Amino acid sequence: MRAALLVTHIRAEEKLILAAFNTHDVSPDIILDRELNFDITRGAEQLAPSGIAWRDYDLVFERCVSTSRGMYALAVLNSWGVRSFNTYETAATCGDKLLTSIAFKRAGIPQPHTRVAFTPESAMRAIEDVKYPAVLKPVTGSWGRLLARVHNRDSAEAILEHRQTLGDYNHHTYYVQEYVDKPGRDIRAFVVGERTIAAIYRESNHWITNTARGGLASNCPVTDQLNDICVRAAQAVGGGILAVDLLEDAAGNFVVNEINHTMEFRNSSKPTGVNIAQEVINYALREVGVVA
Amino acid sequence: MTAETPMCPECDGEVEMPPDAMENELLSCPECGAELEIMSLNPLTLEPAPEVEEDWGE
Repeated sequence: MRAALLVTHIRAEEKLILAAFNTHDVSPDIILDRELNFDITRGAEQLAPSGIAWRDYDLVFERCVSTSRGMYALAVLNSWGVRSFNTYETAATCGDKLLTSIAFKRAGIPQPHTRVAFTPESAMRAIEDVKYPAVLKPVTGSWGRLLARVHNRDSAEAILEHRQTLGDYNHHTYYVQEYVDKPGRDIRAFVVGERTIAAIYRESNHWITNTARGGLASNCPVTDQLNDICVRAAQAVGGGILAVDLLEDAAGNFVVNEINHTMEFRNSSKPTGVNIAQEVINYALREVGVVA
Repeated sequence: MTAETPMCPECDGEVEMPPDAMENELLSCPECGAELEIMSLNPLTLEPAPEVEEDWGE
């Protein structure tokens, strides 16, 4: 069994993943995305930075903090038939909020009312269609970066002008959602294959509840209802090892907000009592036939 | 301070190494808060970590 761990750098999660691999006597080669230099005109016989031919890896586990590097590396590796977690298709969908929304719509997954527009003028109409307060998000990005809750036309005009003037073309795709008046928390659920292994509430006085922004984690029971919507949402984006973010609306119904394909979980194992890294690696090694 | 105690390249403060430190692991300087990357374990070399880029995340 030969595995590679593809990373931007080593964080707490990557050390936990390596420890989980080691319980199966598997020691992945660590490959830095900064050292990748693929010859696209050749194939998997070429050597990885580890000195091993890519075709000799049974599994590449992608944990890049750089979304673009991870996604394109998976595109290359999957095109050569190299097995990876997650797949390029899953990463490409999850890495783009608009593509994720389209996948949710296709699969009938409940989500906030979402519109997309491409000019400040049409974006203003989109904001007023979803009604104030609305939420403006970049289609790519993470950790709650550059989210804006828009309360009125004045602030909408200001944010749209800033995005149009200061942002690159990525910021000229205006992804607009209704604001879901959640009860001071959202839910992050960890889906591995066809099972929700754990979930946390992320509580915050701020409307952005990401733990990267100070949201506090506590255990969220995985009910049959929560498991069902999370697994269906994960499968809608291609499936794999995923973190599904959900909101509870005023009626207590779940709506799925987004899905992350290189999830952080360092603060989630303790409140849930689930060894998330071990569950993830057990699944990955089962899928490639290393463990029963 | 021992010979093994690395210094922060930003503030010259002492940086505590975790016992299971790995190359390319990120650390924070306890004195100035700078994010650092272990570039080498032998010899022990720390450099400022790369700046967070717009596409970084989960």
